[in-house]
Amino acid sequence: MNALTLVSVSKSFPSAEGRVEVLRGVSLTVPQGSAHALTGESGSGKSTLLHIAAGLELADAGRVLIGESDLTAADEAGRAALRRGQVGLIFQQFNLIPSLTVAANLGFQARLAARHDAGFITHLAERLGVADLMTRYPEQLSGGQQQRVAIGRCLAARPALVLADEPTGALDEATGDRVLDLMLDLTAETGAALLLVTHSPRLAARCGTRHHLRAGQLEQAP
Amino acid sequence: MIRATLSALLSHWVRNKLQLAMLLAGLALATALWSGVQALNTEARSAYATAEALLSEGETARLEHRSGQVSLSDFLTLRQAGWLVSPILEGRLTLGEARVTLIGIEPLTAPPGAGPALAAEDLSRFFAGHGFAHPQTLREIGPHTPDLQSSEAVPVGTVLVDIGTAQRLLETDQLSALTLGQTQPEGLRPLETLTPDLRLIPPGEGAELAGLTDSFHLNLTAFGLLAFAVGLFIVHSAVGLAFEQRRAMFRTLRALGLPLRHLTACLAAELLVFALVAGTIGLVLGYALATLLMPDVALTLRGLYGAPVPGALAFNPLWALAGLAMALGGTALAGAQALWRLWRLPLLAPAQPRAWAHASARGLRLQTGLAAALALLAMFLALRGTGLVAGFTLLAAVLLAAALTVPLVLTVLLRLAERAARGPLTEWFWADSRQNLPRLSLALMALMLALAANIGVGTMVASFRATFIDWLDLRLVAEVNVMPRSAEEASALRAFLTPRTEGILPMQRVDAQLASQPAQIYAMKDHATFRDNWPLIDPVPGVWDRLAAGEGVLVNEQLYRRAGLLAGDMLDIPQAGSLPVLGAYPDYGNPLAQAVLALPLFNEVWPETPIRQFAVRTDNATELIAALQDDFGLSPAQITDQAQAKEISLAIFERTFLITRALNVLTLSVAALALFAALVTLAGMRLAQLAPLWALGLTPRQLAGLELTRALVLGALTMLLALPVGLMLAQVLLAVINVQAFGWRLPMQIFPDDWARLGLWAALAILAAASLPALRLWRHGPAQLLRVFAAER
Ligand SMILES: Nc1ncnc2c1ncn2[C@@H]1O[C@H](COP(=O)(O)OP(=O)(O)OP(=O)(O)O)[C@@H](O)[C@H]1O
Ligand SMILES: [Mg+2]
Repeated sequence: MNALTLVSVSKSFPSAEGRVEVLRGVSLTVPQGSAHALTGESGSGKSTLLHIAAGLELADAGRVLIGESDLTAADEAGRAALRRGQVGLIFQQFNLIPSLTVAANLGFQARLAARHDAGFITHLAERLGVADLMTRYPEQLSGGQQQRVAIGRCLAARPALVLADEPTGALDEATGDRVLDLMLDLTAETGAALLLVTHSPRLAARCGTRHHLRAGQLEQAP
Repeated sequence: MIRATLSALLSHWVRNKLQLAMLLAGLALATALWSGVQALNTEARSAYATAEALLSEGETARLEHRSGQVSLSDFLTLRQAGWLVSPILEGRLTLGEARVTLIGIEPLTAPPGAGPALAAEDLSRFFAGHGFAHPQTLREIGPHTPDLQSSEAVPVGTVLVDIGTAQRLLETDQLSALTLGQTQPEGLRPLETLTPDLRLIPPGEGAELAGLTDSFHLNLTAFGLLAFAVGLFIVHSAVGLAFEQRRAMFRTLRALGLPLRHLTACLAAELLVFALVAGTIGLVLGYALATLLMPDVALTLRGLYGAPVPGALAFNPLWALAGLAMALGGTALAGAQALWRLWRLPLLAPAQPRAWAHASARGLRLQTGLAAALALLAMFLALRGTGLVAGFTLLAAVLLAAALTVPLVLTVLLRLAERAARGPLTEWFWADSRQNLPRLSLALMALMLALAANIGVGTMVASFRATFIDWLDLRLVAEVNVMPRSAEEASALRAFLTPRTEGILPMQRVDAQLASQPAQIYAMKDHATFRDNWPLIDPVPGVWDRLAAGEGVLVNEQLYRRAGLLAGDMLDIPQAGSLPVLGAYPDYGNPLAQAVLALPLFNEVWPETPIRQFAVRTDNATELIAALQDDFGLSPAQITDQAQAKEISLAIFERTFLITRALNVLTLSVAALALFAALVTLAGMRLAQLAPLWALGLTPRQLAGLELTRALVLGALTMLLALPVGLMLAQVLLAVINVQAFGWRLPMQIFPDDWARLGLWAALAILAAASLPALRLWRHGPAQLLRVFAAER
């Protein structure tokens, strides 16, 4: 079964020079348990695609399915419910809730999705190396630590699909590699499908399937 | 460089227009309320001055008789002996639709100052029977006043006529007083031998309006100051938040090489411009506000003190300058902390929400310390303070101390709620509320102040009202009151009434000084009406028998408290000698001191005092009134029945607090605006805090609902805090301020219905304040929230 299906998704934005066609009929499937990488130049529409897949943004045309559920047919509440239950999102920053401690942040999404498992969270925290930071607040963490907590929070909820937009973009190479390793290991461990947006061909190479976005269309990565 | 800096700084306001509007509105409102109140005070005081100038009470000595009436023969005696005296006759009467004070003077002999606006051409009209009145009085009297001329120099509510006309209108041949010219011929026979009964009142005395109304104006000023403070809360929080939001910009500007001094100067200049703009708007608003409230204030002052205050307002440039200065000073005060923080800001201070919270943790400790110090001061003042100023200082200390503890108490409460919370969302809700408290706390403090002031003043007024109504029922037991116009009519009335009624209680009084206060001494007939009904404070045993035997006096509560009398103390009564105080009686709504003597003793000391009124006890008031009109031929204006008397007293009471209520509502509105300002500003900063929740699967609608709930919960907690503070305030008002200002102490009564109503209003105000940001979040949430993640695009 596919965790994510995009069928001929199009999206354009108004701009001073007229409408900019960012996505022109993009189709993509991400089967359960697989890891896909998405690369492309800056401004090519990677984030837009990811936002549409998460239901944060609406496509102009085409269909989006999360598992069996049609995201494009759902209203705002329906999209939110799908996100809550099935999708884990990781952005480059602003992932954590500033008013909650690391521990509360880690458990937050799992509790929202009613899949809280204290033992699993402890296990994740240890794997991610944030077990010592549990009582801290997000702004008391380094960028790498924050991202590791964000990954932990996302996986603790056992989502069927993880969408990550340059999760290691703000980190140095070595840290970024370590964080990404963990993420790949852990998604494999939980059986989640992963769609990872990245600039780095080196990181993309570590995913099973690679897509490249150019001129609003997907092509097999070189 | 300066230009570039300024344009960078100002660009913030261009992008945050609503926030700018709030900042300006806060300052403008603060200025408006303060300067509005000041305009009212200035106008009222200048009205007193007009009144005093007209009556020449300020500079001219007067001759008066204790009875309040001077006979024509005394006047003639003095004139023949060569004294330069001029007659005055004052009285109340109904003209057209209005009750007015009629003042009769003799223009030729009147000292300069009396009838100052009467030019030569007016004089001829004056003698022809024309009267003069303020344009507003003319309007109040209505169209049927052919022989009245308009003149601004006459105080409102007064009609100035020739003495002969006055005697004719008031149906008397007596005079009220004689004014004494400032320079008198040499070698005259002394006044004491010519007219031994007349009392010389030196210039300056008798001008009591300013003194009497002081407490009222102090009250207004206190309210104005409170409103100003609440307004400054808005400015302070708006400025603070704007600085906070621009922290990254400051950092960039400094990183680009802009000296800190320049940056600070630019920001100070920005504040100065805001202060000038908002101050000017505030002045206009304040003037409009004062114009709106002036009629109420005038009614209050006339009702309470009989002070002739016009219902219209004149513009005074000095007032405008003072108001602008206040706006500038307030802005400096409100912006000082922000500028100071900027000055001390390390170049790389993190612009993180929690860092802000940490910085305010220190502020919280400081605030708590300050609150403790103020509470101590309040305690000291409550135990030791005397005087009106100490009373108001106590009030301010209590209010400020309470306001300063608001953030601390809320933090503790929210922490407790967080502990008790089950479920991720509620946990987050409380944690997040606590996190954002520092940004909201100023607005919440303002709300607390406004609510406490509302509860306090409301409780005071309602307690007063309840006491007053009970008291009226006891005091106004006479079924009918009749006012004779002359001594002959009085004796005829007595003869007419005696067979028809259960009891006739004559009302006689003389003016005097008691315990060096302006006072009135009344005669009281020994009658069951008084024995059964009059409430007494600390009476001696057998008080009524001793009073009837002429063994002492009763005093009103005002005199009792102001002079610090105790039952049994001796009180000097002019001409009657020293008599023991037998007890005190409540006497609300009367600014003067009073003493009551037994009727026989009174008549012995002041024989021939005219009877002003008969209070009549009867079983059948309707029949008696009919008989008085039809058989005796009394005019309806001379008769008041009990219901009328109560109505009049209650109307006066209601007027007294009209202005207080208006200011109460205004203060609450300003507080709601403060909350609105804070929430709107906060809404922008909160996007980054809410965006992750949205990504995690909460709808914008849910988020908006939570935001609204948060505002309501914080408001409800604040209301809860305001309750005890308001009651404390009411206690201070009832037991300290009222005693100092009016001379009576009232028991506090509790009116939970009023609280419920206030709570409802506050909830509505909070909802109104919170709904715009919430609505925006709901409607435009996705676009706005996406922008947070798009920042990394
Ligand atoms: N709300 C919007 N309004 C107008 N244009 C937009 C909007 N969102 C995105 N775009 C435009 O769409 C295009 C694709 O943006 P997107 O953020 O998806 O690119 P990206 O591939 O993620 O780039 P990067 O690698 O820099 O993150 C860009 O040209 C961008 O300017
Ligand atoms: Mg992107």
